[in-house]
Amino acid sequence: MINPTEYLPRSYHRRMSTYWWLARWSYLTFILREASSVFVGWTVLLTLVQIWAVTHGPSANAAFHEWMRHPLMLGVNVIAFLFVLFHAVTWFSLTPKAMVIRVKGQRVPDWAISGPNYAAWVLVSLGVAWIVLRG
Amino acid sequence: MSNRSNEPLLWLLFSAGGSVSAMLMPVHLFLFALAFPLGWLDPPSNETLLALIRPPVVRVYLFVFCFLSLFHGAHRFRFTLYDGLQIKHLNALINVLCYGGAAVGTVTAAYLLWRIP
Amino acid sequence: MANRITIEVARYNPARDPEPRVTSYEVPLHKEWVVLDALNCIKDHLDGSLTFRWSCRMGVCGSCGMMINGVPKLACATFLSDYAPGPVRVEPMHHFPILRDLVVDTSDFLMKLARSKPWIIRTVEKPMDREYYQTPAQLEEYRQFSMCINCLLCYAACPIYGLDPQFTGPAAIALAQRYNKDSRDEGASERLDSLSNREGIWGCMFVGECTRVCPKHVDPAGAIQQYKLTAATEWLKAMVLPRGAK
Repeated sequence: MINPTEYLPRSYHRRMSTYWWLARWSYLTFILREASSVFVGWTVLLTLVQIWAVTHGPSANAAFHEWMRHPLMLGVNVIAFLFVLFHAVTWFSLTPKAMVIRVKGQRVPDWAISGPNYAAWVLVSLGVAWIVLRG
Repeated sequence: MSNRSNEPLLWLLFSAGGSVSAMLMPVHLFLFALAFPLGWLDPPSNETLLALIRPPVVRVYLFVFCFLSLFHGAHRFRFTLYDGLQIKHLNALINVLCYGGAAVGTVTAAYLLWRIP
Repeated sequence: MANRITIEVARYNPARDPEPRVTSYEVPLHKEWVVLDALNCIKDHLDGSLTFRWSCRMGVCGSCGMMINGVPKLACATFLSDYAPGPVRVEPMHHFPILRDLVVDTSDFLMKLARSKPWIIRTVEKPMDREYYQTPAQLEEYRQFSMCINCLLCYAACPIYGLDPQFTGPAAIALAQRYNKDSRDEGASERLDSLSNREGIWGCMFVGECTRVCPKHVDPAGAIQQYKLTAATEWLKAMVLPRGAK
């Protein structure tokens, strides 16, 4: 079916601004949320480099530790941590939107789905930390 | 004739990866990128870490962590490029770069984890 | 509160203007007035050429959608006093071509709405001596999505629709869900055929702005995410049991 819009003479088509995402706070948080994907990739890269360092002897390991202590790396990783945290928080608050669970005819409220997710997040984080730190 | 695409597979990987990265990345980054380098917590020794990642179950955990997180990030980044930068005509190239990159990362992870002594 | 307020209206006459321009008008500021009252005051007393759509003036017809200070709103549901001392900037809804002044061309939406097949689909139509029965619980499954008044504020809010003209958009997909979830309908598979693709549900990036601006609390973003989950489940079923799936 032909889109009739294209054939209307002199209707004015506005171009979307390159800075559309600055027009509203919710657009900016959306873009930041999407940007967290870069830091998710970064974290995987760090993990792979660390696995390589751990399995390639003391000199590789020492070099890795020196690299991680470099101020630039620390700066990037603080930002990465904040973005990954932002991803986690936005993810858990958005998950309930995709799921409609009804109990006895009433829809389960969003917090009843986010809540357990957050709780699991804390438990899993503590569990991983314990496994790594106990030696 | 059905016009259904295979996007659901990519979305399922994206969703799984989103949950995995949301649950695990904060603690991973906090420990290995901040707490240990900055000395807030005593880092485990190299031998301890090696012993920690040697068991198959841990290797599988790390593989799943890397594989799903990579596809989550790749999927999101692909959409950001496609819509945000308005370079839709480069659609095929974007897909190859994003998912291809994730695939390369996944294979690398598998190789590194397989080769742990 | 001052007793007058300035309204800055985007004007465009396709026969005369190369592009839209802003004209300011001063109108009385009554406590109970909405933006629509101000526009009608301008048209009645100040400039009869001002062109805009409106009808019910009570938020049920969906005619008077406009950008008010950069936010998509219904002119009949936006109080002037909330913007005092002003000025209030009124523009046509974003992401649609402007026909004249505040009137936009919505034919793209109407074309895309057809893709959703927004009607009850039955595999076999048979004469009935009574209506289809539906319990309150069955009604509740789709009631929220049926509240859509096609005001298109969600399209004005959605950056994906603005960036990608092929995207079907929030209201059209939410309306597809309204029928998918209706117990009387048997067309879910048919709708998935036309919507489970890049221009349909998979184009949505869950910005969520559509839900934020919806005056009837339809939650189109939620409808689309639920639809994605359904589509993914159907896809998995088709992979696992290719002959068993519809």
